[in-house]
Amino acid sequence: MGPGLYNYWMVIVLMMTGLYVVLARPNLVKKIMGVTIFQMSVIMLYITLGKVAGGTAPILIEGAEDVAYSNPVPHVLMLTAIVVGIATTALGLALAIRVYEEFGTLEDDEIRDAEIADAMAAEAGGAD
Amino acid sequence: MDVLLFAFLVATAVWGVSRLRDLFAATMMLSLFSLLSAGLFMVMDAVDVAFTEASVGAGISTVLLLSTLSLTHRREKRRERRLDPAALVLVFAVGALLLWGSQDMPAYGDPQAPVHTYMVPRFLEQSGEEVGPPNIVTSVLASYRGYDTFGEATVVFTAAVGALLLLTGLRRRGEADSREPGGDEQGVRMRGNVILRVAIRPMIPFILMFALYVQFHGDYGPGGGFQAGVIFAAGVILAALIWGLHRVREVFTPRALELLIAGGILLYGSVGVVAMVRGGNFLDYDTLAHDPVHGQHLGILLVELGVGITVASVMIALFLLFAGRGRRSPSAVESG
Repeated sequence: MGPGLYNYWMVIVLMMTGLYVVLARPNLVKKIMGVTIFQMSVIMLYITLGKVAGGTAPILIEGAEDVAYSNPVPHVLMLTAIVVGIATTALGLALAIRVYEEFGTLEDDEIRDAEIADAMAAEAGGAD
Repeated sequence: MDVLLFAFLVATAVWGVSRLRDLFAATMMLSLFSLLSAGLFMVMDAVDVAFTEASVGAGISTVLLLSTLSLTHRREKRRERRLDPAALVLVFAVGALLLWGSQDMPAYGDPQAPVHTYMVPRFLEQSGEEVGPPNIVTSVLASYRGYDTFGEATVVFTAAVGALLLLTGLRRRGEADSREPGGDEQGVRMRGNVILRVAIRPMIPFILMFALYVQFHGDYGPGGGFQAGVIFAAGVILAALIWGLHRVREVFTPRALELLIAGGILLYGSVGVVAMVRGGNFLDYDTLAHDPVHGQHLGILLVELGVGITVASVMIALFLLFAGRGRRSPSAVESG
């Protein structure tokens, strides 16, 4: 166990923070924020893997010999993942807005209670 | 450097996002988190990723979250129990497992790590001659892994179609009238903030110009279609905040946006099909011109343009959708 693993530990701390927010916070917008933090930690993990000690950004320097470049592949994968991430986050937020318009709340327990009340009302109505 | 950045990142994530009950403050913290991440990516040589994260995370995502809050609730409900013990146990258990697993990971910056083998030496050594652009990220993104990027662009397209479907139409019957008309004028436009308005107005043309620079200079420096699209959308969003949504809608009508969103993807796919018609494989740009390297240049330019058009129009459409949505009638909102 050396200082070389420090980045992984921090990634794990952030990832677990995101997971906790998704699991424990009842508010839907908060959950989406938790997913965002989780996603960012995954992106940090990939970028950490791509770093080469003493390397530089993977843009070819003309005429220079023996330059160490960091690995470009994780960069490619993650920069598209960020844009895909915002598009899917927007989809999640759109769902949250629809849920709010339907139930008047974003707290998951209140939504569940409202659904149960709706179902019971429907059942009582059907029994008449 | 890393230690300091990570300390701030953990602080904004743990305290800001998971503890704060005020969602507005949490959004600001998340925006800060994104900006710090961009700094971290910069330190780790991922300039293109840092660029994307700064424009997406600190820019567009904050705007969308704020629009969502203006349509829903600003505060989380007060709870008696602030920590969930079951979730904490699970999180610590998973975290411990991951820590255990991280023992076998290669050390940070190790040039011998398995990720740097297989195709990567070829990308680093050959891409200059095979593909051309000095920015290896662009070569890999648009040429070597062109299929992958096509897939990613399609996911952006699909997610946008989903959001558009959710927030246009699909309204319960008789509900349409309960929305306050012209909500965008009261809610979005920065009427009072004279200083902000005066300061931002001259910046807008430069932001749009910068987006075009990022788009077409992405072969040589950091940048490309994804970043350019987001920056262009940010410029348009600023314009909407100053002059009102209706002015932007005059230029970017829903119909035009739909056409642009699909058109970008279509351009990307068409380049692949043309390459096939000319005797190559799908998205094999070598056949596009008399000379393979010229073909690569042309292919990358068109493909990145397609990505830029789709991403920009998706972001603009999402913003107009979120910000332009009238609130529900006050009585319905009270119940929350």
